[in-house]
Amino acid sequence: MPASSHHDIPSLQLVDVSKAYGSIRVLDQARISVRRGEVVALMGANGAGKSTLAKIAAGVIEPDNGQIFVAGKEVRLASPRMARQHGIVIVHQSTNELGAPGLSVAENLVLDDLCAGTFGALAGKRKIEQRAKTVAAGIGFELELERDFGELGPAHRQLVAIARAVATKAAILILDEPTASLSAAEAARLFSVVDRLRGLGVGILYISHRLEDIRRLADRIVVLRNGQIVANQVRPLDLTAAIKAMIGRDLDTSRTPGTPGSPRTPETECADSVSGLPDVASLSLDDGAKSRVLPVLSLRQVRLRPGTPRFDLAVAPGEVLAITGALGSGKSRLLGAVFGLTLIAEGEIRLLNRPWRPRGPREAIAAGVFMAGEDRWRSSLLPPITPGADIAGTIALPHRRRWFPFGFVHQSREQVAAEQSIRTLGIRCRNGRDTLDLLSGGNQQKVVIARWQAAPYRLLLLDEPFQGVDVGARRDLIKAIREARQDSATLVATSDVEEALEVADVVAVMRNHTVARLYDLRTGDAASFLTAISAVEHDEALDAERADPV
Amino acid sequence: MTENSDFSTPTSHLSSMADIESQSAPRSASEVPTASASQARQRSTAPAASASPARLAPRIARFLRRYAIFLILAALILFFQSREPAFLRINNLLSVLQSVAVVALLGIGVTVTLAVDGFDLSVGSMAAFTLMLTSYAMVVLQFNAAQTVALALLSGAIIGLLNGLLIVWLRIPDLLATLGTMFLLAGLQLIPSAGRSITVGLNLPDGSVATGSFDPAFLALGRSKLWDSVPLPVVIVALLACLFWFLMERTRWGRVFYAVGGNETAAYLAGAAVKRYRILAYVISATLAALGGIFVAARVGRGDVFAGSSLLLDSVAAALIGFAVLNQRRANVVGTAVGAVFVGIVLNGLTMLNVPYYTQDFVKGLVLVGALALTFGIGRGRR
Repeated sequence: MPASSHHDIPSLQLVDVSKAYGSIRVLDQARISVRRGEVVALMGANGAGKSTLAKIAAGVIEPDNGQIFVAGKEVRLASPRMARQHGIVIVHQSTNELGAPGLSVAENLVLDDLCAGTFGALAGKRKIEQRAKTVAAGIGFELELERDFGELGPAHRQLVAIARAVATKAAILILDEPTASLSAAEAARLFSVVDRLRGLGVGILYISHRLEDIRRLADRIVVLRNGQIVANQVRPLDLTAAIKAMIGRDLDTSRTPGTPGSPRTPETECADSVSGLPDVASLSLDDGAKSRVLPVLSLRQVRLRPGTPRFDLAVAPGEVLAITGALGSGKSRLLGAVFGLTLIAEGEIRLLNRPWRPRGPREAIAAGVFMAGEDRWRSSLLPPITPGADIAGTIALPHRRRWFPFGFVHQSREQVAAEQSIRTLGIRCRNGRDTLDLLSGGNQQKVVIARWQAAPYRLLLLDEPFQGVDVGARRDLIKAIREARQDSATLVATSDVEEALEVADVVAVMRNHTVARLYDLRTGDAASFLTAISAVEHDEALDAERADPV
Repeated sequence: MTENSDFSTPTSHLSSMADIESQSAPRSASEVPTASASQARQRSTAPAASASPARLAPRIARFLRRYAIFLILAALILFFQSREPAFLRINNLLSVLQSVAVVALLGIGVTVTLAVDGFDLSVGSMAAFTLMLTSYAMVVLQFNAAQTVALALLSGAIIGLLNGLLIVWLRIPDLLATLGTMFLLAGLQLIPSAGRSITVGLNLPDGSVATGSFDPAFLALGRSKLWDSVPLPVVIVALLACLFWFLMERTRWGRVFYAVGGNETAAYLAGAAVKRYRILAYVISATLAALGGIFVAARVGRGDVFAGSSLLLDSVAAALIGFAVLNQRRANVVGTAVGAVFVGIVLNGLTMLNVPYYTQDFVKGLVLVGALALTFGIGRGRR
């Protein structure tokens, strides 16, 4: 990019950009500018228009009216290709759009070169690998170059996409929720990449819900609400004011880590009887056991993978246990083992004091062990044209045997469940027949959680339930998770320490496929919480030093 | 997507429309009524409000997308009727139905495999194989009608199971596995009769003459008519179509079939027996194809080596045209049945107008491409 010496001319400027779908205005005369070497954080609640704005800037969609200036010149961005020619590159939030499954990581890293034809006619394996290594080095991550992109988890996919964008020497980089699926250590490295790019004069439009990211990175905050720009702050930043502007009301701080043991309201709305599930009360206690309360789930001397250390873990009824740790520390594997997706190497898992060896999700679900996987569009949701891809059908799918014992799908039965979920979780939609693609990310995630809370369960396993979810929706989700029934337990895997502290009674820190530490947030005082937090972050830092990706 | 009122765009793109939803966000009482908030209210009442001119266009577009096939069908019928008054006679229409019954039956099987995101290329060969098998069973092995039908359906189920196991266990891609089965069956049917058609008094390879004959009860399956007018196969296929419509659209098993096809991982994590459903889809499709072969054999009354050669393409075309019916944009039983009738009417009309037979495939291709353009092209016009 020709280095413009005029620092007052923004690299990218959108002026009075509007976009409507039918009668619905998604963006209303939005103005935003990004200067050289500036990180502009774009905040906004669920569907405030952030993604639309980002897509307009990236040429994915065209605005109904308004002007776009690149380095002071008015341009028309009719396609992502045109935007790229003007030096604007976007890294999408959706993990499906980040690369090409079926190709290796190396091939994905050089995909732009390959597609643009600048690679030369001969694309030999070694040449690709060499080039890919330089691209990967651009963001300082070590990626397994020969692996299939399709096998990567969301975090690694994102890294590949960011590395690609960095390699194109973009003048403007748009990052859409880049840390949504990264662990703290990886996020820290992403931040250093952003810092480096900022130093090189790249303007960055950083879309995020995560306050920590914004505090760390932003030179300026722009807040969108209902398609309009409602705040535009420069440093020093006032995040509280920004959040207020974003959601239009004060944050409810009723349940923070500082208020332990807050009384639980037993969920009474879920009135189904727990028929078919073993009853806690009827089970005798472990003879001479250390704990008075029989745990819902207990892991004894479990070795998740051959060669990793053994560990114990127990979850009591009514307890929310958060498992945190870097990517690849074994969080998902632990949940998968309990849900019957993988086998443990050694040790024993007990559910309500009975040996628990499910052979798959079917058995687990039948026994009242539910799991919502990470990356909802991959693990939970159906494409919109599929029958049963609406809210009601999505919620009903795992409960179909119980709800429709004769096979016939009772539309009213699933509608009732959907309406109850919509009320309980505050899902914003027209009705239970809306397909999920019409909802914003936070509301999609609410449907996923609602699905598993729609029937009585013993144990709920949630893998990264707050992925790509804004502050307001996250609070609703946490409330729903915490208000779960007294006799059931919840396991939440999250790489975000703040999320873990917010949602959990007990936090387990995993490292190298074992539980390294346990913090009971109910027994400690405020000071020890802080110690716990810093200790957790210390652990994360240790993980970062080890740098052992999956 | 059937009840989307004012923004009817079938959005396959997840996030492009995601932002719209939020416009209904400011619903709290304390909210100052801003411009967008009032729009949100307007939107929520939109379905009840009378259509303003601005909103009429998308409604017409949606109507066209949903009913285009029916409109075209009606236009064609009017056209054929104006040229050939015999066209709309009940006997002609019944002969159309008779000619498409087998195609529709095979199409339903293809639909079920399409629902699990698979594809069964072997249905045509399966029907042809069954034709030869039933003829051989009666003419050479001297089976009676019941034994023959049982043998045919059983062999269909076994071939379907084979397809399913190849795809699910050996993980051969569906197109390739069923392509293999297609050749296998097409070749296998020729071996017992040494490549000749099977008729009464067939000379066997060992020099003897076959002594069996077609059981009249078997022939009645394809030739008898209910109330002296409606061919039996048409009635059976219609009943099966209703049954499979109910299965696929109204039962939890149908939901699982489609869920497996839509997102296999999600279906598995929701507790579906993914592999079992996959295999079952191929068993269903091959068994229906075998039944189709029985109908052909019963109507023709001889094991014709070349019969059923166009069945595969016709049934696939019916299933694909079905995507466009009611703008479903997915394989569906009603659509497949309509698609089969559509093709039947087009071909029958053209035959009556003395259009040469060799243009038939071209016309079928035209219809298929047009229907697919309607489904996938126009439906995504607005983004």
